[in-house]
Amino acid sequence: MTRLITRRGLLRASFAAAGGLVLAGCDQLDALSQNQSVTDVLQSAEWLTMKSQRALQGRDALAREFTEADMSPVFRSNGTSMPEGEAYARLIETGFSDWQLKVDGQVSQPLSLSLADLKAMPARTQITRHDCVEGWSAIGKWTGVPLAAILAKAQPTAAARYVVFHCADEYEPGSGAYYESIDFVDAYHPQTILAYGMNGNDLPVAHGAPLRLRVERQLGYKQAKYIMRVELVDSFARLGGGQGGFWPDRGYEWYAGI
Amino acid sequence: MDTRDAPPRKILIHRHSLAVRLTHWVNVLCLTFLLLSGLQIFMAHPALYWGQYGANNDPSVLSIGAEQDGDGMRGVTRVGGLAFTTTGVLGVSNVDGVQRARTFPDWLTLPSYRDLATGRRWHFFFAWLLVINGLVYLLYGLFAGHFRRDLLPEGRELTPSHLGHEIADHARLRFPKGEAARRYNSLQKLAYLGVIFVLLPLMVATGLTMSPGMDAALPWLVDLFGGRQSARTLHFVAASLLVAFVIVHLAMVVLSGPFNNLRSMITGRYAITPEDQRS
Repeated sequence: MTRLITRRGLLRASFAAAGGLVLAGCDQLDALSQNQSVTDVLQSAEWLTMKSQRALQGRDALAREFTEADMSPVFRSNGTSMPEGEAYARLIETGFSDWQLKVDGQVSQPLSLSLADLKAMPARTQITRHDCVEGWSAIGKWTGVPLAAILAKAQPTAAARYVVFHCADEYEPGSGAYYESIDFVDAYHPQTILAYGMNGNDLPVAHGAPLRLRVERQLGYKQAKYIMRVELVDSFARLGGGQGGFWPDRGYEWYAGI
Repeated sequence: MDTRDAPPRKILIHRHSLAVRLTHWVNVLCLTFLLLSGLQIFMAHPALYWGQYGANNDPSVLSIGAEQDGDGMRGVTRVGGLAFTTTGVLGVSNVDGVQRARTFPDWLTLPSYRDLATGRRWHFFFAWLLVINGLVYLLYGLFAGHFRRDLLPEGRELTPSHLGHEIADHARLRFPKGEAARRYNSLQKLAYLGVIFVLLPLMVATGLTMSPGMDAALPWLVDLFGGRQSARTLHFVAASLLVAFVIVHLAMVVLSGPFNNLRSMITGRYAITPEDQRS
């Protein structure tokens, strides 16, 4: 019995010691989390993830497409659900009839396309799963123009490497307009579309009217809403915080395949 | 020459190979960081679902939240149709005497404050390290005979009477002595095999299933678990089972001789008392 008690005492003491270490460790780990060199090392995994996923996917591996029976009863809106400002309010009032998508930057043929122009182009409809970085998923139906078709019209120059989407919304007042970027592997992927329709209707304002990106092999924050302008660039270093997107500027991975 | 009654003579045997010791401690490091950063990630959407999709408007199998309770807050954890008050641990934490809505207490998450981006960075780095370390261990286990020699139970070890006997011994904290202590007992073998070949592969596979990029590359992953949200739920269940394993494992290490056990996992040498010498 005595032996048992000492053993229990020992157990308790070691748990207390381990607990103490954990508590002392919290501050240290927070400091490490904010250390730039540590961050750089941890971020090396993003490169490894992207290279491995791209190698496994090949160029054209498709994200799963579902049937109407699989769709979420309610597809929640996330991020901005109503852009502020008079310019956007006027677009809603006029049913986006005055809205024009600009395609410029490193292209031989800059474009300005109305919603009617886009709807006149060959369309693709796909029922796919939207995966938020937070962890939830929703399945919805998207209709739009393959980005490849728009790029074929605009003819990117040899220097162009990324497609940047400039949006009408500011996530927070003063944060600067939302933007995102993808490379040509995703830009020319058959499921990468600029969607103007959702679940059989016009794209609702809460989901990015009049036009949003669907890039189905990546997370939700890549699916830029309220697109006003598509810019082709050789590098995104000069845009925003230099990381290629609103959330990448805030520490999230530019390659959001995981 | 010392002629007094000698204490039972102990001999040091070589218990753990260098490969096992190294991969064990790398694993400890990985699982610690993965758990703490995983809980950080879970805080971004503290609910679990079953099936292909699942979000705020869908029925959840588990959720952790804070609810208004008079002037204060109440931490509520819902599992299926049941609701449990978990104030202080889940849903609501006491920070310096003040109630704060928080899925997990801050000492359980990495970083301690809410930061999904940083949590993900830690998580994916150590996920890669876990996988690389696991592959090294698997190759070693297969080709150096570690699995066959040390972990594969013999037929007689799996009989109900033998297992029953070992369970009774463990419950009374009577651990193998003498020659029997040279090898893992059958409960150890089964627990380690379960972790190595079931829980850890399940963690990696369910983790990968949450990745939209991997689901495009390997569509069977989603089918295997019946959907991304099912995989996310199983990821959480498997993590909880790993935590349960580690708690029992640590308790056993402490109860069956912490110094000897720790030494054997650091230097490889483990002391046993040959039976004929015991007083």
